[in-house]
Amino acid sequence: MTDNKLSSTDQDVAVEPVLLSKTQQQVAASLARRHRQEKLFKGAGLGAVIISLILVAILFVNIFAKGVPAFWQAHITLDIYFDPAVISVSEKPVQGGDETDNEFRQRFIEWQTEVGMVNFNRLILEGLYQVLPEAKSREYRRDAARIVTSGERYAVRDMVIENPDIIGQTKTVHLLTDANIDVWLKGNIDRSLPDSQQQLSPKVRQWVEMLSAQGVIENRFSFALFMNPDSRSSPASAGLAGAFVGSLYMMLVVIFLAVPMGVAAAIYLEEFAPKNKLTDLVEVNINNLAAVPSIVFGLLGASVFIGWFKLPMSAPIVGGLVLSLMTLPTVIIATRSTLKAIPPSIRQAALGLGASKMQAVFHHVLPLAIPGILTGAIIGVAQALGETAPLLLIGMKSFVAQIPAGPFEQSTALPVQIYLWQGNELRNFFEARTSAAIIVLLALMLTLNGLAIWLRKKYEKRW
Amino acid sequence: MKMNKLTKLIVASAVSLAFAGQAQANRDTVQVAGSSTVLPFASIAAEEFGNNFAQFRTPVVGSGGSSGGLRQFCQGVGTNTIDIANSSRAIRPAEVEACNANGVNNIIEVKIGYDGIVFASRIDAGIFKLKPEHVFLAQAAQVPQNGKMVANPYTNWQQIDKSLPDQAILLAIPGSNHGTREVYEEKVILDGCKTFAEVQALPKAEQNNFCLAMRTDGSVVEIAGDYTETLARLQAQKNALGVFGLSFYEANRDRIKVATVSGVEPTVNNIIAGTYPVSRPLFFYVKGEHIGVIPGLKEFAEYFVSDAASGFGSPLEMAGLIPLDDDERATIIANIRAKKSL
Repeated sequence: MTDNKLSSTDQDVAVEPVLLSKTQQQVAASLARRHRQEKLFKGAGLGAVIISLILVAILFVNIFAKGVPAFWQAHITLDIYFDPAVISVSEKPVQGGDETDNEFRQRFIEWQTEVGMVNFNRLILEGLYQVLPEAKSREYRRDAARIVTSGERYAVRDMVIENPDIIGQTKTVHLLTDANIDVWLKGNIDRSLPDSQQQLSPKVRQWVEMLSAQGVIENRFSFALFMNPDSRSSPASAGLAGAFVGSLYMMLVVIFLAVPMGVAAAIYLEEFAPKNKLTDLVEVNINNLAAVPSIVFGLLGASVFIGWFKLPMSAPIVGGLVLSLMTLPTVIIATRSTLKAIPPSIRQAALGLGASKMQAVFHHVLPLAIPGILTGAIIGVAQALGETAPLLLIGMKSFVAQIPAGPFEQSTALPVQIYLWQGNELRNFFEARTSAAIIVLLALMLTLNGLAIWLRKKYEKRW
Repeated sequence: MKMNKLTKLIVASAVSLAFAGQAQANRDTVQVAGSSTVLPFASIAAEEFGNNFAQFRTPVVGSGGSSGGLRQFCQGVGTNTIDIANSSRAIRPAEVEACNANGVNNIIEVKIGYDGIVFASRIDAGIFKLKPEHVFLAQAAQVPQNGKMVANPYTNWQQIDKSLPDQAILLAIPGSNHGTREVYEEKVILDGCKTFAEVQALPKAEQNNFCLAMRTDGSVVEIAGDYTETLARLQAQKNALGVFGLSFYEANRDRIKVATVSGVEPTVNNIIAGTYPVSRPLFFYVKGEHIGVIPGLKEFAEYFVSDAASGFGSPLEMAGLIPLDDDERATIIANIRAKKSL
């Protein structure tokens, strides 16, 4: 009843003045307004959440709608006869007992060069003629050469290099088709456009329709996307492997540099350092460092690591060093806040039992802080994984067609690969490829962040 | 226990740091940077080179525009500098001087072929039949009118010439870091500008400055990035007319259509015949000092201009490069072998 009274209008209040004191009247008078404000705030908050969810949904739907189909790619199934008449090469060298590794390497390279001279295109074309006899005529030679993407001749060569015993045998292989065939089959180019605006000749389009109806050309899961490095001469075989390995090396550098250094710095600052003007200054500057835009670290890396230390350009080691600098403040700040949250009673108990300060920190405080430190480190690494701007300045946006064998070798990184693909001139094919790369990067980030949450949940202690 | 792990971590990081310190190892990968027009061709050449020469690593190709590439190229000699600069224009005397000042004296010029520059608009926009003077009138700050120079009054192509489509003027041209810009200015803007009697009446020294001054009202946009950025601009604004390389247009024929220039359509045949006015040679510059130091540098340079890589029917021709003729090719290969400086 009273509730009703309170929320009723001024007029009601005026009729029964004896029931309410002056303060109560004020409260009652402002109640409607305060309720309205609360509703407004709740509505605005909910609105903000809904808008951001919608934006995220649009982003994801957009990326997934474009990117998911790119995980499957048009392949053509051919029976390839490894004709000994075409592949006339000497036997694959085997390392002799008295031969040094270097001599063997030399001999092996010579043999590889010899295999490289073989016209593997001919094997592929012979296979193609079996499913497409019409392609054999001279008139269509150029069209026939456009069906299987040009990089696949190296895949066939590598089959021979790996196992020369297949010479003389017939193997059924699934080869990637040209990127424009994939585009055509997926409908990523307007099929109704006139011939002059199409990428494929009318003959090739007719063949592709026929072969895909027969099931010779079909969509298969694209291992190329994951196993191959980037490619320009054969866009259909372009993959993420080179960028992935480059990113992996960089993350290793970050994990081995930024994490131990950051943790050590945080422990010193939090547990050992005296509180004076100097440490205050250090603290302020660490916070400043965390706020420095990442591109500045790139400039620093280019002038210091490449200019002075003469480290190679486009190498993951330089990228890793730059990203370490960027991640360092994140790790320090996260570690310090974790250490701060450990109750002082733990330290006091250890010290009271006669432990030295060092023992108290390393035996008692640090083990309790590990989950928090790991969470901070993983989030720092995930941030570094997605960073692009500083890498552009140290030459990592180069085209690299090889998987780097070590952190000193030229490489690119996953986010930079996305940048490079979105700039590729074959838009119809690479728009989807770019979205697929984004999905891979997002998946990695979500995994890392998920790992951080899992670690925190599993080891977290409440006081 | 915990401390043990931590010490291990610290030791590992110290080791990796020390490792980084002595990293000045000899580079065994050829490093290329420069023109984004040459980039696709250089990348394909690099990839084919890596696949065909098992003893060498695949060269690494970066972008940055012709000027950016040459600036990096001229930074000095040493493994932390690039070996090859791609350029869609010839090197300038000032750049040669900068190179020499930093110890780069043996600059070997290699011409790889030709490429056309095209004007293209969105597929659903109007059809352009351009003449160089149209483009000049569209982009100049001041234009000659009845014997006087007046601030550029044109906002619609129709005001310039009745044969042009009825659409607002919006030109997307390459930024000054691109070699394409230089060719565009030389072969389109200057040519178009100097057809006017008023311009010819100006003192010779002032003509170029007058012709190249651009209007600043937003009708001309300079694109610093790649052609994809120009394409994105066209997709966002239907009225935009962009400047592209012929090979880029070929790969995106379903999205953009080309304009004729002086009545000639930009095709490979017209460029070889020399009837299409806006074509230019493409180059790369090799740092002679690095030959013999970086494995595969000389071989890559030779492979790039070989008939197998860039002749007729080659992968580079398929990608849109217009090949050199045989005599030119022979001279260029001889130059590389002799390490002939500019």
